[in-house]
Amino acid sequence: MNLIQKARMKSPWVLHFNAGSCNGCDIEILSCLTPVYDIERFGAVNVGNPKHADVLLVTGPVNRRNERVLRNLYEQMLDPKIVVAVGTCASSGGVFHNCYNCLGGVDKVIPVDVYVPGCAAKPETIIEGVILGLEKLAKMPAKARPGRQEAKAESAEAER
Amino acid sequence: MSIVDTVLRLLLAVVVAPWVGMLLVGLDRKLSARLQGRVGPPLTQPFYDLVKLLAKQGDTTSRFQTACLALFLASNVVSLALVLMGGDLLVMLFVLAFGAVAYIVGGFSAKSPYSQLGTQRELLQLLTYEPLLVFLAVGIYLRTGSFLASAAFSHAEPLLPEMPVFVLTLIAVFGIKLRKSPFDIASSPHHGHQEVVRGPLSEVAGPSLALVELAHWYEVVLLVALASLLWASPIWAGALVGLGCLLASIVVDNVAARLTWSWMLRFGWLVAVPASILNLIYLYATRGGGG
Repeated sequence: MNLIQKARMKSPWVLHFNAGSCNGCDIEILSCLTPVYDIERFGAVNVGNPKHADVLLVTGPVNRRNERVLRNLYEQMLDPKIVVAVGTCASSGGVFHNCYNCLGGVDKVIPVDVYVPGCAAKPETIIEGVILGLEKLAKMPAKARPGRQEAKAESAEAER
Repeated sequence: MSIVDTVLRLLLAVVVAPWVGMLLVGLDRKLSARLQGRVGPPLTQPFYDLVKLLAKQGDTTSRFQTACLALFLASNVVSLALVLMGGDLLVMLFVLAFGAVAYIVGGFSAKSPYSQLGTQRELLQLLTYEPLLVFLAVGIYLRTGSFLASAAFSHAEPLLPEMPVFVLTLIAVFGIKLRKSPFDIASSPHHGHQEVVRGPLSEVAGPSLALVELAHWYEVVLLVALASLLWASPIWAGALVGLGCLLASIVVDNVAARLTWSWMLRFGWLVAVPASILNLIYLYATRGGGG
């Protein structure tokens, strides 16, 4: 593992976005910062600015109102970056999967790297999910992601 | 000062100082975590942050701001070199203020409202700490008879017993320059604190943000070096004074909440500035024939 890969593993700055979650998973994410779990010992910092973030933690099933916001946040993050869908709703839509206003999961809008199960997801599981994602992040070149157009084309194809 | 001595001091300021600053910033984060009952990141955490930021995609909304941040970094390096090489403290203050102004101009060049708001607060911070540093230089002048840092370094007696107020104002300057509570009104570094997103750094990302991190390392060492002028011989006592000021500002950061810019201005101009002037009057009144 070279220095850049090691630095990426040891310095994940996390952005947290609630895409219509019930707040259950959000409370569990914030509890990762508390003295019990203390994710800052792994160098993780909860940032409020997508331009500074490496990891996007998304909770909730994503509805037609916040889909635009989620995509905007994702696009503002610099490569390399990973997306972690936290909880059942973010992974598949959960109990909202067939609601008319919900899209049913984060991966309907942006590419997702790790799916963290649970309703609500446990802090231990969230930390493990982020670390799984970091292993992927460390190996990425500076520009690993398909651009917005390609991602759109992919999702359009999937709909067909 | 011989050429070898000059080169050694220059190397100390440019090459060794950032590593010391990195460890001090790491210590800051570790200590803050311990004060909050957490384990905290490793001491070398700032180094990993820097490498990661440098390896991110270089994308910025304003190239002009990146240029301004490079100037900010350069001014911090030059200021530190000036102090360590025994240069003129007033010139050092001008260079430092130039860097601060470059940082502010860069912040205003970004269109984000967070950047605009944070930069306006940054201006108020400049207005608060700048007179305190000038008074410190004047105080050193009144005792050593020179504005040169080398005069303070070679002054046999410690300045601190006669300049106690300046320790307190320096702790405030540490808080303002390092963006610590209760003065972290323009932006807030690390620890998950948030204020107007990151203020002037809202639009700065990747390698440009790495410039700021690096400048921050130099800044910490510069402030410790400035505080150490108060007890410059023996030099380890000066280092202890500097580290003590840093430690005090970390403790204040953890026990205080963020206050408003108007409180900061009132504190600066109604408490710290008059107290500094009183100390200067004392120094002026008691200076001997040689002073």
